[in-house]
Amino acid sequence: MAPRHEPVQIIKQRRDAMLSALVHGVPYIRFLGIEVDRRGDELTAVLNYDEKLIGNPSLPALHGGVTAAFLEVTSIIQLSWSMLWDDMESGKLDPTTFTTENFPRLPKTIDFTVDYLRSGLPRDAYARARVNRSGRRYASVHVEAWQDNRDRLFAQATGHFLMPSQNG
Amino acid sequence: MTDDFNDRMAQFVQILPHARALSLVLDEIGEGEVEVSMPYDEKLIGDPLTGVVHGGAVSALMDTCCGAAVISHPDRPTSTATIDLRIDYMRAATPNQRISARATCYHMTRNVAFVRAVAMDEDRSRPVATATGAFTVERAGGGT
Repeated sequence: MAPRHEPVQIIKQRRDAMLSALVHGVPYIRFLGIEVDRRGDELTAVLNYDEKLIGNPSLPALHGGVTAAFLEVTSIIQLSWSMLWDDMESGKLDPTTFTTENFPRLPKTIDFTVDYLRSGLPRDAYARARVNRSGRRYASVHVEAWQDNRDRLFAQATGHFLMPSQNG
Repeated sequence: MTDDFNDRMAQFVQILPHARALSLVLDEIGEGEVEVSMPYDEKLIGDPLTGVVHGGAVSALMDTCCGAAVISHPDRPTSTATIDLRIDYMRAATPNQRISARATCYHMTRNVAFVRAVAMDEDRSRPVATATGAFTVERAGGGT
């Protein structure tokens, strides 16, 4: 835990730098145009609408593959964020030193099941993931995505992930 | 198979903006069976350490390929949408290699199509991922 008297801007700077490194260090996340909002440790991924995300141009609707990718990206960011939190807070991990060669090892997807509830509209989408179980080797994550109304999900998914080995 | 049908299938990959963004190519069309491939591109990297393509890009390829398999079914649905899709990731795709997905629509009811798919890189003997999905079936003239 951060020391009680640590200045708030130092805490924010550290957490935002870590999140930015996780999000902007991965080319595919930049390609999809995903950004992540943070309130304390709570993350909300934002899929910024772009024409290239459309699948069916006659509706139009977001591509099912984009929806799946958005949910998977959100799950991996959430899982990595939870995994790195303690080392970030203790100062053991410094995100400003991250490079392509020195990037944290990320969880690997074992399987991912997407449930499409309604078609994705041509506008921004949001997602939040919950780590339901995180063991030394395996993790189970549930993720939900919505657009206009938080209670009207357009997709949800469950995935299992292989965690990077601690001594690696 | 009519030219019109082949055109419609080709468009399935060429017209969809996201399929274009991934430079997907429709390599083979059968009756309820298609092969779609995606070239390696640095913008699709999910793991900066290894250069391996992100699982999400493989999902997008699989989803497109499964949808195309539904459209190519002899019943000739006019359109389809994913109901659910499960992907199992067997191994990391080798960087700098094209990923090919082959999907089969193995059963179709009036309203639902069942599809399975496999994704491979240049070593086709060792699948990168497999998928199973259920898709909606939209038929000409609607009906219930």
